[in-house]
Amino acid sequence: MIDSSLKDIAAALRAKTVSAVELATESLARIEAGNAAINAFITVDRDGALTAAKAADARIAAGDAGPLVGIPLAHKDVFCTEGLLTTCGSKMLANFVSPYDAHVVGLLKKAGAVTVGKTNMDEFAMGSTSESSHFGPTRNPWNLTKVPGGSSGGSAAAVAARMVPIATGTDTGGSVRQPASLCGITGIKPTYGTVSRFGMIAYASSLDQGGAFARSADDCARLLSAMTGHDPRDSTSLERSYDDYGTDLGRPLAGLRIGLPKEFFAEGMSDDVRVAVEAALAEYRKLGATTVEVSLPNARLAIPAYYVIAPAEASSNLSRFDGVRYGHRAAEYGDLNDMYCKSRAEGFGAEVQRRILVGTYVLSHGYYDAYYIKAQKLRRLIAQDFAAAFAQCDLIAGPTNPTVAYGIGEKSDDPVQMYLGDIYTVAVNLAGLPGLSHPAGFGAGGMPVGLQLIGNYFAEARLLNAAHQFQQATDWHTRAPVL
Amino acid sequence: MTLSVAEVRHIAKLARLELTDSGLDATQAKLNGIFGLIEEMQAVDTDGVEPMSHPQELAQRLREDVVSETDRRTAYQSIAPQTEAGLYLVPKVIE
Repeated sequence: MIDSSLKDIAAALRAKTVSAVELATESLARIEAGNAAINAFITVDRDGALTAAKAADARIAAGDAGPLVGIPLAHKDVFCTEGLLTTCGSKMLANFVSPYDAHVVGLLKKAGAVTVGKTNMDEFAMGSTSESSHFGPTRNPWNLTKVPGGSSGGSAAAVAARMVPIATGTDTGGSVRQPASLCGITGIKPTYGTVSRFGMIAYASSLDQGGAFARSADDCARLLSAMTGHDPRDSTSLERSYDDYGTDLGRPLAGLRIGLPKEFFAEGMSDDVRVAVEAALAEYRKLGATTVEVSLPNARLAIPAYYVIAPAEASSNLSRFDGVRYGHRAAEYGDLNDMYCKSRAEGFGAEVQRRILVGTYVLSHGYYDAYYIKAQKLRRLIAQDFAAAFAQCDLIAGPTNPTVAYGIGEKSDDPVQMYLGDIYTVAVNLAGLPGLSHPAGFGAGGMPVGLQLIGNYFAEARLLNAAHQFQQATDWHTRAPVL
Repeated sequence: MTLSVAEVRHIAKLARLELTDSGLDATQAKLNGIFGLIEEMQAVDTDGVEPMSHPQELAQRLREDVVSETDRRTAYQSIAPQTEAGLYLVPKVIE
């Protein structure tokens, strides 16, 4: 039953042809069967899931027909979950049992979703492959020798492997859209400020944004609608009315203007990705959309700007891990300073340490203007490019990733090569825009290819509408890996 | 721009990260690779461009100065490496 759409699962729950306990049991059995090979989960909460499922069944029996009641769900391990291990993929937090829930976790609990576990990720969400986890790499369900993408690779792999129908993620530079693309599922990152960051362990606060994974746009809309909303505990949370992102899904695409940034279709995109992306765009035109060339002239600067802003903010955010109040403390140390230095050197992995060092440098005396302020100026130029493009189109489309998933270990020793893979995703975070990736076919080695759709601020409903219409006409999103 | 070994040691000290001598060269090489990428920024003229920190140009909100949290000291200290009598313990700072 968990392979069905959320709409069908919810209907079956209400008709009592399936119970939330049965759904949770099915999900837990899938995880038990597949997790040893895929390593999508760091923590599986069998008891908690069954308790929550029983409560959901009681709610359904009492007539509660909320769209997520009784639906199995996985949280990326970046979200604090009260009473449940929250590691952020790091040795630093390998024993951290959170004393409180993230805002998103609380919202989804209230909505009646059943959390089955916490998913694997790049350490502190810093990475594009999910290989930097202290708990070992997650493997791509389509080919276990390939990366699932990152940093939310565990959530994407769990949905792709049909262990759960929905999962949360976070996207700082592409960490929802890129793994969704590489795992052949649908993922959306909304406008910055719409999902509360409270209880979401911070990486780069001006870019971090929670997002949703599911097999289809329809299911993503149901999950995202339950995640957004103003939260006074997050100072960047936006005070505005929040939509039900599912109300506009049926709108026909006739007249939709899709902008194709010429910079995204230049060299760099591999041939197999190009073929799939062009075919998807042809499908959109068949559905009544028109395509128009647009330009994002500063897009190439997005990667350097991102790799200044994100490490700068990370070096500040991660200064809280000092071995005093929570997290890893070295077993042996001399004075207080030595305790900090040893605890942090032992607790953080290599990539996290590199980003802290880069960030510390660019924020240090004499370099702040040359790096951080410069990057923030580029950020404005990039946002202005998008604004100019949206004068000519309703949505922007292009590849999510330049290639299909590559091999585990292939780029793990070369950070710069890994960073360059973020070319199509990071500009969206810098501008704070919503973005979505949906399955668009298969490339080399039978690995999934994703199409990225980028919307103007608060255009989540339009993005999901376009992806839903595409998914009514195609079946790429229904393809499942053979496990 | 390239970082010298001394500069790498200096920023590691600022970041409170102990670097072992054996890992220093590899760290230096990888950081310099990253800075090579970052330097591409400098080719663009950004004179007169206003830095952007929040896409919605949001000002930080103020709230009333009232108590909003309950006392959960026991729960918060139960996850600390070392506490005593409600205090976090660290090595002696002042002799």
